[in-house]
Amino acid sequence: MTLDSTRTEGAGAAPDGSAKILQALASSERPTPPGPLSTSLTFGWRALLKIKHVPEQLFDVTVFPVMFTLLFTFLFGGALAGSTEDYIQFLLPGIMVQGVIMITMYTGTTLRTDLEKGVFDRFRSLPIWRPSALVGMLLGDAVRFTISLTVTALLGLVLGWRPGGGFGGFLVGAALILLFSFSLGWVWTFLSLLLRTSGSVMGVSMLVITPLTFGSNIFVDPSTMPGWLQAFVEVNPVSHLVTSVRAVMGGIDPGASLPLTIVWSAALIAVFGTLTMWRYRDAR
Amino acid sequence: MNDLAIETHGLVKVFGSNRAVDGVDLAIPRGGVHGFLGPNGAGKTTTIRVLATLARPDGGTARVLGRDVVTEANEVRQRVSLTGQFASVDEDLTGRENLRLIGRLFGHRGAAARRRADELLDAFGLGDAGDRQVKKYSGGMRRRIDIAASIVVTPELLFLDEPTTGLDPRSRNEVWDIVRAMVSSGTTVLLTTQYLDEADQLADRISVIDRGKVIAEGTSTELKASVGSGSLHVRVMDRVDREAARAILERELAVDVREEADPNALSANVDEQGRVTRALSALDDARIPLAQFSLGQPTLDEVFLSLTGHPAEETTETEVDAA
Ligand SMILES: Nc1ncnc2c1ncn2[C@@H]1O[C@H](COP(=O)(O)OP(=O)(O)OP(=O)(O)O)[C@@H](O)[C@H]1O
Ligand SMILES: [Mg+2]
Repeated sequence: MTLDSTRTEGAGAAPDGSAKILQALASSERPTPPGPLSTSLTFGWRALLKIKHVPEQLFDVTVFPVMFTLLFTFLFGGALAGSTEDYIQFLLPGIMVQGVIMITMYTGTTLRTDLEKGVFDRFRSLPIWRPSALVGMLLGDAVRFTISLTVTALLGLVLGWRPGGGFGGFLVGAALILLFSFSLGWVWTFLSLLLRTSGSVMGVSMLVITPLTFGSNIFVDPSTMPGWLQAFVEVNPVSHLVTSVRAVMGGIDPGASLPLTIVWSAALIAVFGTLTMWRYRDAR
Repeated sequence: MNDLAIETHGLVKVFGSNRAVDGVDLAIPRGGVHGFLGPNGAGKTTTIRVLATLARPDGGTARVLGRDVVTEANEVRQRVSLTGQFASVDEDLTGRENLRLIGRLFGHRGAAARRRADELLDAFGLGDAGDRQVKKYSGGMRRRIDIAASIVVTPELLFLDEPTTGLDPRSRNEVWDIVRAMVSSGTTVLLTTQYLDEADQLADRISVIDRGKVIAEGTSTELKASVGSGSLHVRVMDRVDREAARAILERELAVDVREEADPNALSANVDEQGRVTRALSALDDARIPLAQFSLGQPTLDEVFLSLTGHPAEETTETEVDAA
């Protein structure tokens, strides 16, 4: 009944599990701490494991691009370019960008859910390079983006898309899209650390993504737009991305749009990466 | 001075206008289990989160294993581990994958991480469940995988936030055994709980926390002593014997014996245990059959209630400071 009697009884009645636990505790060595790249890749591995266990998350990356490609090709094809065949040459690189940017949004909601569940408490209490959990998550997302890009490209080829830059041009264009979406990912990580629910993260993301994608040169040539909209399209980083992707996939010189895309990406990482890590200190 | 596992001075954490941690001073030595006892919303989790470098304090200082939680956060992280109140493992992954993940993050190579995961799964009785997603685990299994994940690399200090809330008695005992095993291997454990008997069973010393403040601190015995002496409960088999039993008890115990609402029951506060034995044999000599005869320490429930000033009417304005 007293404190002491229960203590001894507990220790005496310890099952063999305790002995094994003691052994496990004793046998542990301290490996040398891994570097930032290693921990980031480990978190990327975690993202891949999650895809393996929850393959449903590949649904959106395959269905979205198919839906967009078909919808916009046949919706605007006739009206804008006379024929769907002509329009798809113009549209497809842009629709790749649109598809991937739409999916980047899930980065934020996924992080919000993770934060609520408490896994990140453990990650944040580990002695590792702080951003690696987020970098790894974005690297894992790059796999999903690659699937989306591939699906769009294959469907495009079926519908008559014939890029002048060939396979090499496609790869460079895809790399640009991946770079930009990795950078944009930091906007969503920041939002999900700022906002309290995944619903609000989704809402605000939509609010950002809609003007970014539709207020760009993805669907139509901006020369037909009113001046104020043209001005917006001109400064919209998505337009630079689309212009350069269109160029490298079409096998022509991307001009200033290529360095502009890279500068924008770097700036997004610098600004929103910093903001994200500032919020991450006290994340909840 | 650096033999303290945890040392805080005036620690404060504020959420808006809510002072979740409101000036906590702690000096917890290394080794053994230190209990944080308090009701919902007392600030236990918030305190632990600050100590584990997950939240930044808004005031005061905190040193964990001699390192400042703000300026030497990474040093602290190398030495402590946290098992949060809510599962701090990835529910989508299997138990084995979770342990391998943590192992790799600590720098174990692929094969070593796998070996360590297997070893821990086996030690925690999760060998068979290792390849199942954690979301399909029972509550007890979850707790175990969570604790296992905390000791992939043995920490010097382990924070366990309500490790047994929601567990059945058997799983609870398993977790208690794990905690005892860790303590005997030299790890210091800081454990929060709402269960008084858990603190009683495991903790060497207990800090009672209420509304962001430490309202009492000491061993469980000291805390209990603060409420008063032991309490004796007697139930006679036949209610007509009660009056006689009462007379005998008052004579033998030399204290007031109260008649309870239950017509068979008597109770008394006793100071000397020796007298209780004598009282029992005196009742036996008088041939008064008993249904119940029990002597217990006041429960931590009573302690807690008296400290927080809720129902219990024991007249103690105790500030048990056994430091
Ligand atoms: N992230 C947060 N934002 C705002 N308020 C918070 C946050 N975390 C905790 N609080 C508040 O701080 C107070 C202390 O909460 P805490 O979780 O530390 O209590 P606790 O003692 O762990 O309670 P429980 O036994 O329920 O786990 C509560 O009033 C709670 O509402
Ligand atoms: Mg809590």
